[in-house]
Amino acid sequence: MKDQPESYETADGRTIGPVVMEMKNITLRFGGVEAIKDISFDIREGEIRAIIGPNGAGKSSMLNVISGFYVPQEGEVWYKGARRPQMKPFQVAQQGIARTFQNIALFEGMSVLDNVMTGRLTHMQTGLFWQSLWKGRAEREEVENREVAEKIIDFLEIQAIRKTPVSRLSYGLKKRVELARALAAEPSILLLDEPMAGMNVEEKEDMSRFILDVNDEFGTTIALIEHDMGVVMDLSDRVVVMDYGKKIGDGTPHEVRNNQEVIDAYLGVAHD
Amino acid sequence: MTLIQAPSGQPQSVPALLRRNAVMFGDAPAYREKEYGIWQSWSWSQTLDEVEALALGFMDLEINEGDFVAIIGRNRPYLYWAMMAAEMCGAVPVPLYQDANAEEMAYVMNHCGARFAIVGDQEQVDKIIEVKDELPEFQYMIYLDPRGLRKYDHSHLEQYETVQERGRANRDKHLDEMKAREAKLNYDSTGVMLYTSGTTGKPKGVVLSNRNIIETAKSSSEFDHLRQTDDILAYLPMAWVGDFIFSVGQALWTGFCTNCPESADTMHVDLREIGPTYYFAPPRVFETQLTNVMIRMEDASRFKKWLFDRFMALARRVGPDILDGKQVSQWDRFKYNLGELFIYGPLKNTLGFSRVRVGYTAGEAIGPEIFDFYRSLGINLKQLYGQTEATVFITAQPDGEVRSDTVGVKCPGVELKIAENGEVFYRSPGVFVEYYKNPESTRDTKDAEGWVATGDAGFIEEGSGHLRIIDRAKDVGKMADGSLFAPKYVENKLKFYPNILEAVVFGNGRAECTAFINIDLTAVGNWAERNNIGYASYQELARHPQVMGQIQDHVEAVNRSVAEDEMLSGCQIHRFVVLHKELDADDGELTRTRKVRRKIIGEKYADIIAALYDGSQNVSTETEVTYEDGRKGSIKATLEVREAKVFADTRKMAAE
Repeated sequence: MKDQPESYETADGRTIGPVVMEMKNITLRFGGVEAIKDISFDIREGEIRAIIGPNGAGKSSMLNVISGFYVPQEGEVWYKGARRPQMKPFQVAQQGIARTFQNIALFEGMSVLDNVMTGRLTHMQTGLFWQSLWKGRAEREEVENREVAEKIIDFLEIQAIRKTPVSRLSYGLKKRVELARALAAEPSILLLDEPMAGMNVEEKEDMSRFILDVNDEFGTTIALIEHDMGVVMDLSDRVVVMDYGKKIGDGTPHEVRNNQEVIDAYLGVAHD
Repeated sequence: MTLIQAPSGQPQSVPALLRRNAVMFGDAPAYREKEYGIWQSWSWSQTLDEVEALALGFMDLEINEGDFVAIIGRNRPYLYWAMMAAEMCGAVPVPLYQDANAEEMAYVMNHCGARFAIVGDQEQVDKIIEVKDELPEFQYMIYLDPRGLRKYDHSHLEQYETVQERGRANRDKHLDEMKAREAKLNYDSTGVMLYTSGTTGKPKGVVLSNRNIIETAKSSSEFDHLRQTDDILAYLPMAWVGDFIFSVGQALWTGFCTNCPESADTMHVDLREIGPTYYFAPPRVFETQLTNVMIRMEDASRFKKWLFDRFMALARRVGPDILDGKQVSQWDRFKYNLGELFIYGPLKNTLGFSRVRVGYTAGEAIGPEIFDFYRSLGINLKQLYGQTEATVFITAQPDGEVRSDTVGVKCPGVELKIAENGEVFYRSPGVFVEYYKNPESTRDTKDAEGWVATGDAGFIEEGSGHLRIIDRAKDVGKMADGSLFAPKYVENKLKFYPNILEAVVFGNGRAECTAFINIDLTAVGNWAERNNIGYASYQELARHPQVMGQIQDHVEAVNRSVAEDEMLSGCQIHRFVVLHKELDADDGELTRTRKVRRKIIGEKYADIIAALYDGSQNVSTETEVTYEDGRKGSIKATLEVREAKVFADTRKMAAE
């Protein structure tokens, strides 16, 4: 991996840029439990990077480290060429990292549009004073941000549920709304925590399509956690495989698929 | 046969009408489309500007006079403009059904030898690329939505906007040539070519001249007193002649505004927001809406339900009379107004029909209950009868003379005659020029004097002059005993039951009639839920004994009503099966406009038909199905053959 060029082109014509984020020897402990053990990997600009592993492998913990929610006991996170100091999650968001959640964290009582608008929060300047006046700066800002939100609604084809309260939507649609909210922040890195969990085949296909389209249209770097192997292998450019908090594989889907350690972790060790 | 010429000074082509409107109604809205949650609007003068830019772009792409330009996508102003722009360059627009598969599309594009295609999105681009090798004449594709297309090879592919930019940049270079071509257009030049959906065989390209388009638009607009301030919602397929005449022909003639919904899913919300004053929908749409209203009323509180039922009963009794301006007692009128305030008004608002002044339905027979429901609410819903070859209008119901069992009186300028075998013939300024590259079919359909065979059997009612259609002429046959066999007449009666989505009746040349029935999943599914009946699939629900029982009741009720008709009492259904799958256009069983293709169904389900006549109780069958993405699969099922009670002709009994 180390000797790869600054940027290269993939088979389907996308340009993968230089390393944008790097995990260096991350170790995360919860009391006596070591959730992540000395893991290092990097994420390149414009790529779809998957983190996979069996249940309890430490995937979600890893994502939480990237998003700044967990602070590792050891190791460093480098972002855009600088070491990232300890941060609050909202500061990470301001740096251009957005995420979705495994068990949907939307505002159930609010409409889809309002939920997507909350994703624009980091782009709004006006304070409580102007917003309560409504006219003038706050109004202009709302209009601008609404336009961005509407483009994302259009992109993800959820126009028909724009005004529908989130609580009335199906699971698959809620996942899509969450993606819309994350996209509304116009992130440079998008973290997806099990975007396909609990979906049927058709919903999975739709979601895969949208993830590819997002990456393609906006050039967004995507890091995703998933345990549906099929989906991951089709979507991602490079895959990190974790098992019991350790990294057991890293490389292209093809390399990972033929890695004996990965096969053992996923399928169990073969018996003759 | 003499052809009507345009009065001098009147615009003689579609582009000329557009130029007239840009002057006459310059600032009035011409097109609206909801995008990014907001209704975007273009005035007539802006529309002319956009169309001209695109036409100049076409010129820059070296479009020739007489070239065919395929237009494929959902209803969007940009695609309507593309049609006008093509005409401006002397080319011929050919709108195609956007849900057609690549194979069907290849046939049509090959048949007309289209050189250009203007398409909506990646889906359509992919389809054409898939069949490009079969299209030797095809050269260039222009798309609207760039999503997912950035990495495609752009040597023969370009975005709509850049074509317009190109047109604007090279305006001086091409303007004279374009204007010269436009000036050549007259009543005789081709305005559009539309492919018929093809109930039988391959689709045929119907060539319509500017005369057809403009004369039809003119007379029909006058017939219904359409106004420049009217609004319509364009949501039906662009390839269908009706959409072309409403959204291009009449829109240009009267200068009203065409509104395009945001997407197919948001149609109902958009309908409510726009509140069209002139509205068209096939019976199926009205049926679905009524079913939805009724289902939702079932869930309403008891008081609301009581209020609704009471006022609807009143509306059914006096509503149509009030609409027709007949005598109604003051007290009923007062109650009806009260109902308007509490029930009808809000209901019409929910349906998006608050402002409808003229509403039409056509294409299929509409159930009397459905028809009366809308009319009783005070919606001026009428029926018309037409076809692509007539540029839509043959007959229509004038205000005040509306009934559910006729299709109205002949439209202005139309002549009608009924042949000996009952087939309806017409002659009008809207009669098509020819079937493209198919002189044989043209001769079969249109005789030297300009009379066109509709293919429908019917008769003109004495006294009122209204036309009544019985069935497709070629479907009308004889039973073994020589009595008349009219399958569609019986099928329509069956389809009026909300539980029955589709029916196919057999019996030509046989002693007894039998039928295939498709249940309506929405209606029956709702009933099942209400009665706590579990089901896992369409198939399982379709063969549930209680569902079968209900269908049997419907079939017997239809038999009783068919028995009352002297001419058709032989068409009662003796046996039927409820099919295990929905008849589908993707499997070739229906046309894209959802008409039954009898021959294909007859061949595909020959085993089931055999079982209907050989006295078996059950039949096992396996059917191939095509999924939306083109993959194939198969469904296995055992169907139960049910006997239905038949009735003697009551009147004949009395006479004997």
